[in-house]
Amino acid sequence: MNMKVEQQYITLFKESRDLLDNNSAPVMNKYRQEAFDNFERLGFPSKKVEEYKYTPVSKYFEQEYGLNLSRLDIPSKPRDLFSCDVPGMDSIQAFLVNDLFHQEAVKGLPKGVLLGSLKELAETHPELVEKYYAKIANHSKDAIVSFNTAFAQDGLLLYVPKNTIIEQPIQLINLLRSDVDLMSNRRILIVLEEGAQAKVLICNHTIDQVNFIQTGVTEVFVGANAQLDFYELEETHTQTVRFNNLTVHQQADSNVLLNNMTLHNGVTRNSTEVVLKGKGAHIDCHGMAVEDQNQHVDNTTLIDHTVAHCTSNELFKYVLDDHSVGAFTGMILVRPDAQQTNSQQTNRALCVTRDAKMYARPQLEIYADDVRCGHGATVGQLDETALFYMQARGISEREARLLLMFAFVNEVIDTISIDALKERLHTLVEQRFRGEVQKCSECSICK
Amino acid sequence: MLKIKDLHASIDGKEILKGINLTVKPGETHAIMGPNGSGKSTLSSVLVGNPSFEVTQGSVEFMGKDLLALAPEDRSHEGVFLSFQYPVEIPGVSMVNFMRAAVNEKRKYHNLPALSASDFLKLMREKRKLVELDNKLASRAVNEGFSGGEKKRNEIFQMAMLEPKLSILDETDSGLDIDALRIVADGVNKLKTPETSNILITHYQRLLDYIKPDVVHVLYKGKIVKTAGPELALELEERGYDWIKKEMGE
Repeated sequence: MNMKVEQQYITLFKESRDLLDNNSAPVMNKYRQEAFDNFERLGFPSKKVEEYKYTPVSKYFEQEYGLNLSRLDIPSKPRDLFSCDVPGMDSIQAFLVNDLFHQEAVKGLPKGVLLGSLKELAETHPELVEKYYAKIANHSKDAIVSFNTAFAQDGLLLYVPKNTIIEQPIQLINLLRSDVDLMSNRRILIVLEEGAQAKVLICNHTIDQVNFIQTGVTEVFVGANAQLDFYELEETHTQTVRFNNLTVHQQADSNVLLNNMTLHNGVTRNSTEVVLKGKGAHIDCHGMAVEDQNQHVDNTTLIDHTVAHCTSNELFKYVLDDHSVGAFTGMILVRPDAQQTNSQQTNRALCVTRDAKMYARPQLEIYADDVRCGHGATVGQLDETALFYMQARGISEREARLLLMFAFVNEVIDTISIDALKERLHTLVEQRFRGEVQKCSECSICK
Repeated sequence: MLKIKDLHASIDGKEILKGINLTVKPGETHAIMGPNGSGKSTLSSVLVGNPSFEVTQGSVEFMGKDLLALAPEDRSHEGVFLSFQYPVEIPGVSMVNFMRAAVNEKRKYHNLPALSASDFLKLMREKRKLVELDNKLASRAVNEGFSGGEKKRNEIFQMAMLEPKLSILDETDSGLDIDALRIVADGVNKLKTPETSNILITHYQRLLDYIKPDVVHVLYKGKIVKTAGPELALELEERGYDWIKKEMGE
């Protein structure tokens, strides 16, 4: 294997091992070497790696980025950069600057809930973090996960104890902020014990006009009867590259809603893996991408039905303008024991121009015989008869197109369970289609 | 109001309209009848600017303007309305947003300020009553899941909202039961003023029992072959179209 691109990171890891360890927690350091060995073995995935077919990885790692391994506090006051007020959302807010948890007292949490720096909580609650950290994100198989596990030093932990309900949505604002080109490796761990409930929104923004690359690994454990709504919203600038790996394990009768919305970005690959491990678990795995220019969004999902009586519903929508590229690979795996599975996958894309490209790959692997699985994938243009009907009512072609595009993605937005966020997204998407959000150097969800 | 002169139009190179001449004056109601495939729906499509059809010859003047030179939306703003034979379902676009966009774009075209949200909803309520359109339908997506009758009533509701000068009703009676037909016809009659005109495209006399035409035309093979008073519709109902074909020497 030609490891030219990898070499600079191999050298960096070896030279900076002490820095990495000293500025992180023992629980996280424990997996570093093993993950690094895996990365050295795997290398960055080439196009030949099935899951990465549509998103080349190496080339984005070629250039040099700074890494903040000594965890220098980047001078910034997130609250001055942002005055977040999704009207009426009333959220509990926390900030990550790059991959550094911004220390600030988080108020309004029920007793026993932990929300804060993964590194610090791993030091104060090692047995808790040890139980979950690096347990489900597979660093022996996926090179991005191994890379992240080798380099990650901090991030966020959310722990919700048994039967605890957090009414207010938790909003984690992840700002990419740097004066030089920067790489960050973000790590998030979310644990909901049995019967717990939480709503989490992560907003991803870029502050500075430099090149950013971020790897992200998010591990989510959802206990029996627990309920999690997890939204990730990206509004970064076009010089941003993000590789995200989200792994969710669900126990019996748990209910999870995932929604990954890309409103503005550079290059993004979101890998989502949901393992339904307990009977009666339900997952809604949704996503949307609004793209133009040369933006690139790849959603790769795996819904793994391992036991009987689980249900899953996937809905992904893309609107592709200019030369943008969208990719969706959705695998539904129904294992032999997963009888009575009910699973639906829908992926629809609108190509607004001839130059926009969409790659859609629905995949079903079914090893049980008493299941219901459906999938539909369409790539198309706007409905011409609907366009004409609207024009005949006096709506200009441009406005009619906007209304239809808006309606197209609304199907995804309308599944949002936080009303204030839903309202805000209606506005944001409309602004986006009208070209009013040209670049995202500001948090437009907040202003 | 409307002057159509020697209008020829084709679709995919096939000529459908072969020289239509028709003049409609303010306040008049014209019925255009004719057997299937004679070009009735093509005529209505061409008048509202459906891009599937190509006008190859002739002219259409509406209120002194060259109608064929206008974009479909501007024809609507100038006061031409088509009640579609097959109203289009638009999933995800609510009736409210759809009508708000339509009403406000028209107002903008005529240099009027946009309606406030409350004024707009008031207008919706008022016009809805005219065709007895359920509030539930008005809050749903455009035509989505509407029954055939509901779709036609929704067309007349839109007509009421836009207050056109010339309304073309393309087989508005098809697929309607007697009660729905009466509601739709009542709506059209209530909207009628001495300044507005209607063109009714229909196969049957039935609709004309409710909406009285001043003039009846027979369209056959892309041409208007007969024009007379309302009695012509009754005669067609009784005798069919065969005698007209015979008169044409077929």
